[in-house]
Amino acid sequence: MAKLFNDDVRTQITEILAQTKNPIQLVLFTKEGVCPTCQETQQLLEEVCETNEKLTLSVKSIETDKALADTYGVTMTPSFVILDSKGVYKGVKFNGIPAGHEINSLISALLEMSGLTIHYQEQVLNRINSIEKPINIKVFVTLSCPHCAGAVQNAHRLAMLNPNIEAEMIEAQTFQELSTKHNVSGVPKIVINDQHELVGNQPIEAFLEKIERI
Amino acid sequence: MFDLSFNTTQQSTLFDTTDRWDLLIIGGGPAGLNAALYAQRKGLKVGLIAKDIGGQLHNTTDVDNYLGFQRLEGKTLSNQFLNHVKALDVPIKSDVFVTQITPQKALFSLQLSNGKTLFSKTIIIATGSKPRKLNIPGEETFSNRGVSYCTTCDAPFFKDKHVIVSGGGNSAAEAVLDLSYWAKHITVVHRSRWRADKLLLDKISNLPNVTIHLETQIINVDGDEMMRGVHVLDKNTQSTRFIHAEGLFIEIGTIPMSDLVTGFVQLNANHEIVVDAMQMSSIPGLFAAGDVSHQPFKQIIIAAAEGAKAALAVTQYINQKTKESY
Ligand SMILES: Cc1cc2nc3c(=O)[nH]c(=O)nc-3n(C[C@H](O)[C@H](O)[C@H](O)COP(=O)(O)OP(=O)(O)OC[C@H]3O[C@@H](n4cnc5c(N)ncnc54)[C@H](O)[C@@H]3O)c2cc1C
Repeated sequence: MAKLFNDDVRTQITEILAQTKNPIQLVLFTKEGVCPTCQETQQLLEEVCETNEKLTLSVKSIETDKALADTYGVTMTPSFVILDSKGVYKGVKFNGIPAGHEINSLISALLEMSGLTIHYQEQVLNRINSIEKPINIKVFVTLSCPHCAGAVQNAHRLAMLNPNIEAEMIEAQTFQELSTKHNVSGVPKIVINDQHELVGNQPIEAFLEKIERI
Repeated sequence: MFDLSFNTTQQSTLFDTTDRWDLLIIGGGPAGLNAALYAQRKGLKVGLIAKDIGGQLHNTTDVDNYLGFQRLEGKTLSNQFLNHVKALDVPIKSDVFVTQITPQKALFSLQLSNGKTLFSKTIIIATGSKPRKLNIPGEETFSNRGVSYCTTCDAPFFKDKHVIVSGGGNSAAEAVLDLSYWAKHITVVHRSRWRADKLLLDKISNLPNVTIHLETQIINVDGDEMMRGVHVLDKNTQSTRFIHAEGLFIEIGTIPMSDLVTGFVQLNANHEIVVDAMQMSSIPGLFAAGDVSHQPFKQIIIAAAEGAKAALAVTQYINQKTKESY
């Protein structure tokens, strides 16, 4: 099968992922039959994991491995989560293929989940730590959106830093029904706990303000 | 298929060890990147701070008018610029932004969003510009509920739908061409005449699904949950009517990002930084280049050229000051 990464892209990704600290695992859920982009997503993650031995991929079926899917709250395909070095799910999820500009969200999530420091100011970290309500953040993106990866990265960082927060990228074209349900016609669109909205690539403080008011 | 723009800020740079610079450049678009290239080659202690690398190049599908490159994707050009600058090991601090500039005695202090403060003998402001809004009722309410300022981001949501493009310059014309792959029909509404390049207009005239209303002004955006259309005023007949549409792409030019210096640097009526032939602003040591300066034509090649000019002028300025013993 033809590779998704050309030599140039593979070299660059290999170089960046060389900073991976601890071994981590990706768990991808796919489905037999009709599943647009399932096969491409699997291939993309395989090619990413080939660049660094600290990254491993395990592919599951949303049907036969339903119990596992339930523990990660996976309800759609393709969908994958990134576990930390101890195999713990920290709420970092991708729904749909992270191609286009979203490759940057994927790389950032991998590096930071593997233990690379997340650089936020101390007062921001304190605010993140004091969130006690369960928070779900959905970031709707298109692959051609240059500002979306920034929003996804902020959301994923919040999840990594606080166990009460879960954050998911949603590729709007693959999951049209969900996008329509949330009236998405522009990206990035951030939906918190399925009802509070933020539009555009907002700084981390804007996420926090919204969350603190819930 | 992959738009890698990952910055390797994890690697340590001069930013980790110094807070005193010859030159700090604010902005990672064509102006800032070219300024960095020229300043580094001159041997200045230079660093570049940018919220993102590439600036508006990322919102541009195709660039057709940068000398030496026939038809290149905006992001490809931006990556080539960045690779060139990186090859010279220019220290880059991205993902942070400058929140304040304070002129001090022979130095400027820069406040960063991560809480750090840096000091520099000179500054080049290359903060570019952002999309201009129509400032009409309904625009804000239906923002991201039909109203969009980013064609590359949002065009896929308008597959087989009717959309309006507001504007008459090159970016409006490009938006029409980009949207023509997705939308069922495109209506251009512009309050005066076309200003776009003839080459682009020729391409548009070949499209079967475009209607054009010139001398027509959008008065408001209407809808309920989502946008349903716009009211327009035909300036010739002075009559108003409603145009049904699911989307409105606003491409009416840009406004300069000059907030950082508003109040202590001379700006013109458009809030652009007034510069002299050396790209220097009204404050000695503070230079500006690209879309944020008062030069009238907002183009990549012009922004890049102004960046180069500013870096060379900074070099001269520092040499001169050193002679006068800084
Ligand atoms: C849709 C569209 C299509 C276009 N097509 C063309 C074309 O085909 N050909 C052409 O020649 N031109 C085109 N242009 C115009 C061209 O993109 C601009 O003239 C050019 O990008 C200006 O460069 P710049 O470096 O001055 O600013 P920008 O490209 O706007 O970059 C500004 C930089 O400053 C950073 N920044 C801003 N504020 C801060 C802060 N406080 N702290 C840190 N960083 C900050 C931003 O993150 C960004 O990196 C197009 C523009 C648009 C919007």
